[in-house]
Amino acid sequence: MSMENLLDQPFVHWMSSGAQDGDIVLASRIRLARNLEGIPFPQRANGEQLSQVVSQLKSSLCDLNSNEQSDYMFVDLEKLPLLERLVLVEKHIISPDHAREASNRAILVKQDTTVSIMVNEEDHLRIQCLMPGLNLVKAFTSANQVDDIIENKHALAFNEELGYLTSCPTNLGTGLRASVMVHLPALVLTGQINRIVNAVIQLGLTVRGLYGEGTEAVGNIFQISNQLTLGFTEQEIIDNLYSVVKQVVDHERTARGGLYADTTDMLVDRVWRAYGTLKYARSISGQEALALLSDVRMGYELGIINEGSHCNFNELMVITRPNFLQKMSDCPELSGNERKKLRAQIIREKLTNKD
Amino acid sequence: MLCDECKSRTACMHIIKIVNNQKTEKNLCAECAKAAGEISLSFDTQSYVHDFLKGIFNHGLFVDPQMLRGQESCSECGMTYTDFNRKGKVGCSACYTVFGGQFEPLLKRIHGSSSHTGKIPKRNGGTLKIRQQIKKIRQQLEQYVINEEYEKAVLLRDEIKNLEKEIGLSGKGE
Repeated sequence: MSMENLLDQPFVHWMSSGAQDGDIVLASRIRLARNLEGIPFPQRANGEQLSQVVSQLKSSLCDLNSNEQSDYMFVDLEKLPLLERLVLVEKHIISPDHAREASNRAILVKQDTTVSIMVNEEDHLRIQCLMPGLNLVKAFTSANQVDDIIENKHALAFNEELGYLTSCPTNLGTGLRASVMVHLPALVLTGQINRIVNAVIQLGLTVRGLYGEGTEAVGNIFQISNQLTLGFTEQEIIDNLYSVVKQVVDHERTARGGLYADTTDMLVDRVWRAYGTLKYARSISGQEALALLSDVRMGYELGIINEGSHCNFNELMVITRPNFLQKMSDCPELSGNERKKLRAQIIREKLTNKD
Repeated sequence: MLCDECKSRTACMHIIKIVNNQKTEKNLCAECAKAAGEISLSFDTQSYVHDFLKGIFNHGLFVDPQMLRGQESCSECGMTYTDFNRKGKVGCSACYTVFGGQFEPLLKRIHGSSSHTGKIPKRNGGTLKIRQQIKKIRQQLEQYVINEEYEKAVLLRDEIKNLEKEIGLSGKGE
């Protein structure tokens, strides 16, 4: 895939449908934090040291390509305008932090977009693997392979007691952050979400909004991830998250079933209204679009609606984000109203086409 | 209940203000409250974590005063303890050794008194992998002894001996 495709095409691998528990779990992500030995962490490194890290990792490109027999692409973030970097954030290829500061920052990204390696984010290396549905083990295996390949060539900062050394002490040890993106409309509608979130937190996990730290849970999408990284094996961390997410998924399914059984008319009406608005609106805000898409997605999973079933709702959620819209538009700078119009137009086209 | 300001969104907070003994009460939604500068609900969690790390440290009851002076600096990257306190981020891998003792209470508060049990890099993991392996086998061996499965236990004992020999040899080689 070329850089243009990476930016212009809304679809990336994690949006694929038909994955395990895909009705509720959008995607699973594994992130490994690693640093090269002997070079200060990005926050304290000077320009020369940062560019040294970039060139060292660039040299790993051929190892990655020959070992995995795949096609990794090197992207210099400095050469991408801010807008394009923000599109990568909306597609979950890079983090908001990585987009903000571009000098001496880079990414190595696998052709199918399942793996991306952020260079010089908070740590020298952030290896992340994104898979559709509940697929933590596969995501970890991929990320771990990449880690092995990189470690083959470069000495990584490691300490016997503290494990992999990281810029922030909260990532020490395994450097592993495993997270799962879940869509929980029924738990929100039935008012059970706070209870569930509290229970999840008590089990040593954190719950956040759609785009990670410091973001809101728009469209009833939540991210559940492990909090502790030291003192547990990678396997234990993943098992714990997996079993908790499995329970959350069960609760959401029960809530959806109950909601449908108890308030069929209300729910059917709600879903069709949401669909109607999305299909005919001429101007729509991002918040409203996500909220309605959330209703339609649930309606589709419950079999209430099958019109528009050719649409990938995960994809629609990304298409309607502000930076992606800006990227798709010919206009150099969309005003708020223009953006709302364009958003409504794109959703309309997606829903009516091929119907 | 609807927000008193915009009258369209649901109010999520009740604000009581007492100015010059005049009490006013308002029910606001998050957005209006934010716009009115009453309260901000959205904050950058990242910086929040770092502020918190910093706070956790400065408000400990048993802080060594020498620690707070923070003049000692890392020979590799030049970070002082004060720098860490300000940013909540560590400068380089050597800092963990230089400020080891000072980091300890903080790490204990974040992670508990645990040590690394996960993946070990082949290149610079040293003999740790083998030592962890020995520890694991020893636990299993004890289990076999308890179950009186001595034949299996003997096999494990030999395995441990071999592994120990391996470390001993690689230790001499270094």
